[in-house]
Amino acid sequence: MTLELLRIDDRLIHGQVVVGWGQPCEIGFFVLVDDAIAGAAWEQELYRMGTPPEMAIEFVTVAQAVQGLARYQADPRVGMLLTGDIETMDRLTAASPSLRQVTIGGLHMKPGRVQRMRYVFLSPAEEARLQAMAARGLTVVAQDVPSAPVMSLDEVLRGDGTA
Amino acid sequence: MMSERRAAVVAGHGRFAEGIISAVAQVMGEGHGLVAVTNANRTPEGIEQAIREALDRTGATVLFTDLPAGSCTFVGARLARSVPALHVVTGTSLPMLLSFVAGGTLEKVVEQAQAGIRVLGEGR
Repeated sequence: MTLELLRIDDRLIHGQVVVGWGQPCEIGFFVLVDDAIAGAAWEQELYRMGTPPEMAIEFVTVAQAVQGLARYQADPRVGMLLTGDIETMDRLTAASPSLRQVTIGGLHMKPGRVQRMRYVFLSPAEEARLQAMAARGLTVVAQDVPSAPVMSLDEVLRGDGTA
Repeated sequence: MMSERRAAVVAGHGRFAEGIISAVAQVMGEGHGLVAVTNANRTPEGIEQAIREALDRTGATVLFTDLPAGSCTFVGARLARSVPALHVVTGTSLPMLLSFVAGGTLEKVVEQAQAGIRVLGEGR
């Protein structure tokens, strides 16, 4: 098995991830990539508390994730890797050319962002960063839950928030 | 009409909070003291702000959330670190809220909600 999904989601581990993806896809482990949470024991305990025992969580920095990638890919369980923002996923994928696709799962309303999809709000700087990631050869798509259609980056950036 | 208003904030996905509070109102009447917060379209920071505002506005010290792994629950647990008086109850159901509005302690609220779970029918 391999990493089933590389997801950008400002809520990190939450209902959609644990129940929406975790149960139907039989996710066995999460890799939560966040430099701050990797050093915050209490935050880690909080995420563990909300996750079923059959789903393991590893908390790592970007550097640790790059180092651990081969191990994640070789893991017999189904895995999901999560970052809370585009910048973190950009740094990770730039350092890991074997990663080919990332999925925007949820980026919500903040000042300066424009709504592109029901669950995707982006600032001009974030849009430029996603385009730069795509120009590097990465496939960038959006999909919040398994039953939703997969939207291309072009479709996301053309969106007006209704899809 | 209830003699004493006991405030609490109910937070969750989509229109969960709004819907379950409307069910409470149908059973217990208005004046239940429950305030709804949704996580829809909100970042974790936005959810925290909305919950904080609702707690401040009502003086509530109880936050009911829908899902143990939900973003509102995580936000509530973080809030409870800086607001020691705050209690966060997750897995919220209608029997739970009815018990709270009727004046039950949190222990009683959880106990009654758990006791109220049944599987009925011949095929069980």
